[in-house]
Amino acid sequence: MPKVILSRADNGTLTCYVPKKDLEGRVKSLEYDRADCWGGRMVLEDGTALFIEPLDTPPIFPVEMRVTRG
Amino acid sequence: MSALTRAEAEGLIQDVLEVYPEEARKDRKKHLMVNDPAIEQSKKCITSNRKSLPGVMTARGCAYAGSKGVVWGPVKDMIHLSHGPVGCGQYSRAGRRNYYVGYTGVNTFGTMNFTSDFQEKDVVFGGDKKLAKIFAEMEMLFPLSKGITVQSECPVGLIGDDIDAVTQKGSATLGKPVVPVRCEGFRGVSQSLGHHIANDTIRDHILEKGLDDDFVSSPYDVAIIGDYNIGGDAWSSRILLEEMGLRVVAQWSGDGTLSEIKRTPKVKLNLLHCYRSMNYISRHMEAKFGIPWLEYNFFGPTKIAESLRAIASRFDDRIKEGAERVIASYQPMVDALNAKYVPRLQGKKVMLYVGGLRPRHVIGAYEDLGMEVVGTGYEFGHNDDYDRTIQEMGDATLIYDDVTEFELERFVAKIKPDLIGAGIKEKYVYQKMGIPFRQMHSWDYSGPYHGYDGYAIFARDIDMTVNNPCWKNMQAPWKKELP
Repeated sequence: MPKVILSRADNGTLTCYVPKKDLEGRVKSLEYDRADCWGGRMVLEDGTALFIEPLDTPPIFPVEMRVTRG
Repeated sequence: MSALTRAEAEGLIQDVLEVYPEEARKDRKKHLMVNDPAIEQSKKCITSNRKSLPGVMTARGCAYAGSKGVVWGPVKDMIHLSHGPVGCGQYSRAGRRNYYVGYTGVNTFGTMNFTSDFQEKDVVFGGDKKLAKIFAEMEMLFPLSKGITVQSECPVGLIGDDIDAVTQKGSATLGKPVVPVRCEGFRGVSQSLGHHIANDTIRDHILEKGLDDDFVSSPYDVAIIGDYNIGGDAWSSRILLEEMGLRVVAQWSGDGTLSEIKRTPKVKLNLLHCYRSMNYISRHMEAKFGIPWLEYNFFGPTKIAESLRAIASRFDDRIKEGAERVIASYQPMVDALNAKYVPRLQGKKVMLYVGGLRPRHVIGAYEDLGMEVVGTGYEFGHNDDYDRTIQEMGDATLIYDDVTEFELERFVAKIKPDLIGAGIKEKYVYQKMGIPFRQMHSWDYSGPYHGYDGYAIFARDIDMTVNNPCWKNMQAPWKKELP
């Protein structure tokens, strides 16, 4: 259950930072990215897949959250 | 135009790898690459932040160097105790030239060496009692210190001293923060882990333990993060920010103080210069206090103008106008400098091998002088550093991670650059080879190099080195052919 920091870059892309691995990567795909449901399976550009428990509303970035292996 | 074609560069790497035994060759191969700016992810073509191979000469430092020497050391009103044998503290004392103002030994302690001077007895029986005694002694001798950090050296970790308990007790008796930093040299593969450990201790022992509540913030507050004031760098950076209308309320950590650290969570924007050593705390402040951070680059007028505009874009029109005003006001100075130095330096090739932010940040400054960087590398960079570097470097240039002395010498012999910028361990080797060299860890005892004022000094220094007549007189007179 790694802790990650999600933030939005200036150009709107979502980036994910995994402190334990010192890994910074853009998010390639996110399962649910709607106003009423946000989260699900997230794939980083290097292929790492993580899972975020879907939320009712999108969080305010930057946000620190727990994720599981997707 | 690169110095080599892609095929030549790849051939050069192959040549260099020839000498290694098979196992070593396989490992070193992953750390050397020929650049292709089209690549977005460095991970597939270069490996970094791995243990150096036994038997090769590496220029890396240790975790203690990263914590005491880089992150904590410049915090001037705290005492940084080198806990362990005397050497680590003495040989790292004041070597980085983090300038500061204050009365050394009274209210500032930057260039002093505090050590617990471990003896055999302390290793056998443990140094905890000695540490407690040292706290009392330091408090008596230097009552104006704002806090103490205990920078662990290797033996402390090896014998398993419980410095956390001692510092906790010490903090309660002294009424000041006493921070245990477990940065024993053997941790991690380079100084990079020391930065991380130091960042984490700032988070846990300073920011978590109460902030500066009396501080009145303004909408234009910024903090300079990751500028260590080498030769006065942070000062030549902050005047630019102040001239454009921002208020710099904290410097991390060059010429910085404990109270500046404590008030940083109230700023509007963290300006991050050295990404490698302080991105951890910037990310923490982003997640915890919602303070955005922005990487900037104050080397060379092109990058300065770019950075000032990027910083201004985060604020209102007043600051945006201020940025344009600052850029315009320094333009005549830049033009004069370029008119003087560019004809003398045009087309010269540079190779770099330094640490932190410099392998990519200074590229712009050399390009402003008409020079070209043909090879660059980090001592202790991670993948995210290389991601950023690949885009800055030209096609078919060399990128080398944790390059060994042998590899760098062979690269230099083949590429024949007009200037090398690396550390003190390389300096005299290349100067004796007759190649202009500058020690770019602490600006070869010059500086500052940040900001417009720094650019003037940078241009002068580079010209002075590259066009120095001494390089043509490296051969002993009796070895010269008679006329």
